[in-house]
Amino acid sequence: MTTAVKANRVKQKMVVSRLLQALPILVLATFIVFSLMQLIPGDVAVTLAGENASAERIAQIREAYGLNQPFLAQYGDWLWRAAQGDLGASLLSGEPVAQTIARTFPNTLLIAFYAVLLSVLVGVPLGILAATRSGSPLDSGIMGAASLGVAVPNFWFGMILVLYLALTFKWFPATGFVSPREDFSAALWYATLPALALCTNGIAEIARQLRSSLVEIQSSQHVRTLHAKGLSPARILWKHGLKNVSVNLLTVVGLLFNKILAATVVVEAVFAIPGIGSSIVNAVLQGDFPVVQGAVLAMVVTVILVNLFTDLACTVLDPRISEA
Amino acid sequence: MAQHTEWARQAQDAPLLSVENLSISFAHPGGETAITRDVSFTVAPGERVGVVGESGCGKTVTGLALLGLLPSATARVRGAIRFQGEDLSTLPASRMRRLRGSEISMIFQEPMSALDPVFTIGEQLTETLRSHRKVSRKEARERAIEALAEVGIPSPAQRINDYPYQFSGGMRQRVMIAMALICRPKLVIADEPTTALDVTVQAQIIDLLCEISDSTGTALLFITHDLGVVAETCSRLLTMYAGEVVESAPVDSVLYRPRHPYSSGLLCSLPGLSERGQRLPSIAGRVPAPDQMPRGCRFQARCPHATDGCEQPQPLQPLTDDRLARCWRSAELTLPGAVNP
Repeated sequence: MTTAVKANRVKQKMVVSRLLQALPILVLATFIVFSLMQLIPGDVAVTLAGENASAERIAQIREAYGLNQPFLAQYGDWLWRAAQGDLGASLLSGEPVAQTIARTFPNTLLIAFYAVLLSVLVGVPLGILAATRSGSPLDSGIMGAASLGVAVPNFWFGMILVLYLALTFKWFPATGFVSPREDFSAALWYATLPALALCTNGIAEIARQLRSSLVEIQSSQHVRTLHAKGLSPARILWKHGLKNVSVNLLTVVGLLFNKILAATVVVEAVFAIPGIGSSIVNAVLQGDFPVVQGAVLAMVVTVILVNLFTDLACTVLDPRISEA
Repeated sequence: MAQHTEWARQAQDAPLLSVENLSISFAHPGGETAITRDVSFTVAPGERVGVVGESGCGKTVTGLALLGLLPSATARVRGAIRFQGEDLSTLPASRMRRLRGSEISMIFQEPMSALDPVFTIGEQLTETLRSHRKVSRKEARERAIEALAEVGIPSPAQRINDYPYQFSGGMRQRVMIAMALICRPKLVIADEPTTALDVTVQAQIIDLLCEISDSTGTALLFITHDLGVVAETCSRLLTMYAGEVVESAPVDSVLYRPRHPYSSGLLCSLPGLSERGQRLPSIAGRVPAPDQMPRGCRFQARCPHATDGCEQPQPLQPLTDDRLARCWRSAELTLPGAVNP
């Protein structure tokens, strides 16, 4: 009883301290992105003023959007509003940033979770297979393929998938998307090719990590005890082996999600998907800083939440973690 | 003495375990390295046998071989391991699994790493019981609590929900003992069960093992490098040197008069037993490497009594009163023991 209460308290403390730690990360991430925006050539005021606009007109626009303010003042202004829940609106289309996020982010999240799920569903069995037959040709084959999987760039693999599965066999649509909020099954269908393109690295990473930690666990002293107790190899693998490596696996999956979320920026471009990644790319190219800031904020918050969830799950799986 | 001869007679009549010419070697890309050669001994029901020798003499490997726990890919085991008449070395894996933890169990040297860190003590105890005996979850849990109480864990009903990291080293070794005994095996192999523990805890664990083996009639194969422990607990002593059994004798007689120079050397180097103020005697030199074993007596290079004739192969010779020694001079030598008459 006491340990359970203690573990709960540890978890509460962890959630609170993680959320507090997240605030400076949010400020820092948005500040860095804002700073980088200043370095990008092009001027949103010139774009807004349209072709052949006079210098006064451009200056007026600068004035109106606060673009003539010093850099720090502009950032401070954005941060102050964002803290109050106002992410502003696109300088170009006028669409509120919150609405842009709500429109595009579900598409991106669907692809990312789909890719992580595929990575786990394929990577875990491959890792187990390689570990239980470690040293065999099958093991070498899986690990060789995994090395290849880590090395293959996902945008290239995405284009290969479009070429064969979409254009030659016409199993999946080549481009475009349906919002999961309108039609979830259609969204899944559209998301399959992008998720496949994204999951190769994930499958490889999970298979490799799972194999190495399982092989390590299987040669450990406590597994020798399990053999000495007379448990069957299957029980040792599925019950003890997997629970022992689950923390490792979960950490890999958490990191993988972050990596895949970042990679959606490229894959959305390949498949012409209206996700948050492509919104960021467009907004950066046009200097539409409120959209960039809002989208980055949404992604950073997601990454922080996923990490927090991963760590919480780890404390459940391995009681020693909440003790530390 | 009467008790010992009684045990020795029983051992001959119907040994629980009888190891015959057990030779173990490990294969590696360059060939095969022999670890033990022609190890033979018996353990009677309820008997406590000590196996001593320096580290690397093949004690642990022999213990693991009895349970079939050596890595099957590299280990080559020759000879017979008869347990209740069945040769374990030829048993199919599934039958061997049913014996492990149920009829023969093992306690390891390192209690800190021998338990699974992510399962509760209770789960690890009940799982052992339930994989060998048909008992309900509830019953298994009650038995596990009893087993913990038996090995002296305070408030076992609460501690059963704890994880190994919440126990001290000595308490973990108690848990290991409880786990090894929960199916009431006929033989427990204890491989240096106290080496990793504090000195004060060592004595408690040894006492506990003896008490339990007395009360349950479990035979104990005590693998250790500590002759003192064997002297206190066991009825028979097996001395191993460089992968061979060099002497096998009742503990009392070997303490008084060892018949192999190596046993004598081990006994003389016990700290408590030599005179105060004197340098502790030690055996000079080191064990020859497995690939440089001499053809004759393996101890000859370190033996103070070596002469012409020791370079001949040494068989394990029967001597008087149930004793065996692997030394052709054992009849003529008078070797000092730990107890002087």
